[in-house]
Amino acid sequence: MLNELDRAVQREVISLRVNGEDHQVLVPVHRTLLEVLREDLGLTGTKHGCELGECGTCTVLVDGRPQLSCLLLPVQVDDREITTVEGMGSSARLHPLQEAFASLGAAQCGYCTPGMLLAAMALLEDNPRPTRDEIREALAGNLCRCTGYTKILQAVELAAGKPGA
Amino acid sequence: MSDPTVRLDVVGRPLPRVDAAAKVTGVAVYADDISLPRMLHCRILRSPHPHARVLAVDPSAARRLPGVIAVLTGLDLPIRYGIMPVAQDERALEAEKVRYVGDPVAAVAAVDEETAAAALDAIRVDYDVLEPVMSIEEALREPRDEPIHDPAYTRRRHNVHRQLSNEFGDLEAGFARADHVREDVFFYQGNTHLPMEQHSAVATYLDGRVTLWSSTQVVHYVHRALARVLELPMSRIRVIGAAHGGGFGGKTDPFAHEIIVCKLAMLTGRPVKCTLTREEVFYAHRGRHPVLMWIRTGVTRDGRITAMHYRSALDGGAYGSYGPASVYYTGTLQPTTYDIPAYRFDSVRVFTNKAPCGPKRGHGTPQGRFGVELHLDKIAEDLGLDPVELRRRNFVRPFTRAVNWLRVTSCGLEECTRKVLDASGYRERERRPGRGMGFAISSYMSGAGTAIYWNEMPHSEVQLKVDRTGVTAYCGAMEIGQGSDSVLAFVVAEELGLRPSDVRLVTADTDLTPVDLGSYSSRVTFMAGNAALEAARRMRALLVRAVAEKMGVRGDESEIPVRDGRIGDFSFEEACVLGTTRFGALSTSGSYTPPRIGGPFKGSGVGPSPAYSYSACVVDVEADERTGLVTVKRVWIAHDVGRAINPLLVEGQVEGSVYMALGETLMEEQTYRKGRHKWPSMLEYKSPTFLDTPEITTFIVETVDPEGPYGAKEAGQGPLLPVPPAVVSAVHEALGVWVDEIPITPEKVLRALDARARGGVPRHGPRSFPDFDFGEVICVAPPDPDDLRVGPELEASFRGA
Repeated sequence: MLNELDRAVQREVISLRVNGEDHQVLVPVHRTLLEVLREDLGLTGTKHGCELGECGTCTVLVDGRPQLSCLLLPVQVDDREITTVEGMGSSARLHPLQEAFASLGAAQCGYCTPGMLLAAMALLEDNPRPTRDEIREALAGNLCRCTGYTKILQAVELAAGKPGA
Repeated sequence: MSDPTVRLDVVGRPLPRVDAAAKVTGVAVYADDISLPRMLHCRILRSPHPHARVLAVDPSAARRLPGVIAVLTGLDLPIRYGIMPVAQDERALEAEKVRYVGDPVAAVAAVDEETAAAALDAIRVDYDVLEPVMSIEEALREPRDEPIHDPAYTRRRHNVHRQLSNEFGDLEAGFARADHVREDVFFYQGNTHLPMEQHSAVATYLDGRVTLWSSTQVVHYVHRALARVLELPMSRIRVIGAAHGGGFGGKTDPFAHEIIVCKLAMLTGRPVKCTLTREEVFYAHRGRHPVLMWIRTGVTRDGRITAMHYRSALDGGAYGSYGPASVYYTGTLQPTTYDIPAYRFDSVRVFTNKAPCGPKRGHGTPQGRFGVELHLDKIAEDLGLDPVELRRRNFVRPFTRAVNWLRVTSCGLEECTRKVLDASGYRERERRPGRGMGFAISSYMSGAGTAIYWNEMPHSEVQLKVDRTGVTAYCGAMEIGQGSDSVLAFVVAEELGLRPSDVRLVTADTDLTPVDLGSYSSRVTFMAGNAALEAARRMRALLVRAVAEKMGVRGDESEIPVRDGRIGDFSFEEACVLGTTRFGALSTSGSYTPPRIGGPFKGSGVGPSPAYSYSACVVDVEADERTGLVTVKRVWIAHDVGRAINPLLVEGQVEGSVYMALGETLMEEQTYRKGRHKWPSMLEYKSPTFLDTPEITTFIVETVDPEGPYGAKEAGQGPLLPVPPAVVSAVHEALGVWVDEIPITPEKVLRALDARARGGVPRHGPRSFPDFDFGEVICVAPPDPDDLRVGPELEASFRGA
């Protein structure tokens, strides 16, 4: 372990396209996408609950597909389109899912919310009118401890089919 | 404090939370999102042994590593602390002894997290490993090596932390009057909060002052603990509650990492952050106590309870935490739902070499509720009575005083029961093998009636500032996702005729906000709500007076309406200008102190609350005889919240409680093998996903409590309680066997079925309660059930008696 520390850490320049903006970062090659987003790009909207791929909290979209950013290395997503919660909408213009989550109380502590929103966005992209069971299935990899999932389910239903969802 | 006839414009509406936009856009700043210039990262070295003496800690090699700025050991933080004044038994870093796997021993601050983690490996700790104590039974025996805590310190034998024995009313006479007496034993396994956010804290030190941002539920109690351990006056410490990623009781103690980052910031002069790994969150714990219960109850032929003797044994884990209160909570609220004319309550909490237990949603009460509800089901079966009817015959009456002196005010038990029975079709349900319904009820406190540390000050304080720019509310209450900030904004907006978004909030910052005791015991809506109400009514009176003078009328609110952003003839902004012109700087304050309602005996401080919420639920369950798998198909729950200040948020609390209850009923357990946590990861510690959570139908019952703000009571914890016994009861109906412990896993169901197949008792569960001498019983004469006096008047009557 001590020898490892002494060795110079291998770093690489990575090109990332996040929320439509291009970034170049020089990072240790083993640094996860989660860490790069949060610590190098300041995109702290992406949260973490385990950093082991177990809870879904750190979900981001890679080319529109939900992925766990804690299990991805930036080199794996070089030149692909990454979407974080900051890219979904802002308080000036909320995404219909964000609007629905806010108006129905689907975010309590709000910590799982960014990952949940992105997983729901990917679902609605594929399937604009999902059934309740399809929503449950699509979001089953994202844990939430506050809501009992009930208001989240209702919010996804409310947003489904709305323009821009 | 509540008048049901008053027109309400904000209260009662399903408005969005005030922090909704920040949370759905990812803008809310949680503790781990904070990054400051030159910030160091801290990691903590923890014990790999459940029980060991620390012989030596050598940090010298770690200190020499490049990038390591400071290393702390137990010698740097010698002062003990703990949430309760009577249980100051923890150290931020243990120097002499470790008591569970995960007990902190040393800490490193380094330029980044990886360097800090690598430095932990370079710290050498010599341990003398001791035999661990891993169960209640072991803890009650003579220890093989030595007790977990120094007996001089705990003043009790073996590993007993706390014990009590109280008798209210004449137990012997009660049992003598009974036509039927039954005894049962139950076990409720421990489980953990599993908040999505890992605990995190950031500290800075500047000019002799420490500032801490933390994901805590209790900024004030952390403030007190820091002052003690860091030996600084409270005026030199500032604690700020960051946006909070879930607590459920798990962030209600002062934690080692909070103290450590402060100390490291003081030593290095640089900001220091510590975020626990998920594994460390399992060790931080303070979760549900495993509790073994024995209950003996006498009833008349028609099902009226004549006496109840309830015993509980709590596995407390390695430290005191809230234990001195938890030991009472397992039994003290039983008489708030049922009229028990004679009640004896014995309880013991033991130390074991496990992560410390503490308060999880319901704090000590779900275990007792589980036992009592199932016990009553069995009594109903013995008597050939309907279990709902048996309960109803014993329901506590509103506005009475229970045998253990707890004062019950508004009580919606009957209405809650009717709602869930009607909605679920419980009475007309089809009986078929593999399918069953269960019913249970519960109550919970709207805030503990006494503070953690004894004092006569208010439990919540709110200040309002009005100037030419509008209104700001200041309160120490901590938003943890339950809607604390929203309640403050709704109350102030209601009283000043504004929209919630017009109210600026400053909360949970000990430099800026007056004290509120924090988010525990379901106290915020009731206590901070009442404080906000008082502050806002005082502010309204000032503004109305200024407007009245300008209008040349007498300042009566019936002539000068405060509504829709206007005060009389003026807009709110104009009224602010008039008020400031007339009175100068405008500020008002409000505070809330709970009434003194405890009885005249030791331990009477635990259990009293200004009001109790009530819940009833029905669950519909499928249970598979071949696999033992239990699937909850649907839950109907009715909750008496007094008044829903925001029905959307109340539903959210009820749904979340039901979900959390289903997790602990069906799958969640914090268990150990060979001294180690079996599954300190989110993958292996199974919790319900979207697919495991059934439809939950919530009914809000409003009894308009006379002392709650607008009549409101709690919603965040009580609705958890009836669910576990209702599920087990439904499984009994489905399969004809009792599983008298949770989680009710397929393995346990199959064991019960197997016992029946072999001609034994169709049951799985604990066989007996340990033989333990609870010592001399404290006998307490019961109060007059209709005596609702409070405060000095009540206390004078104790002296007279």
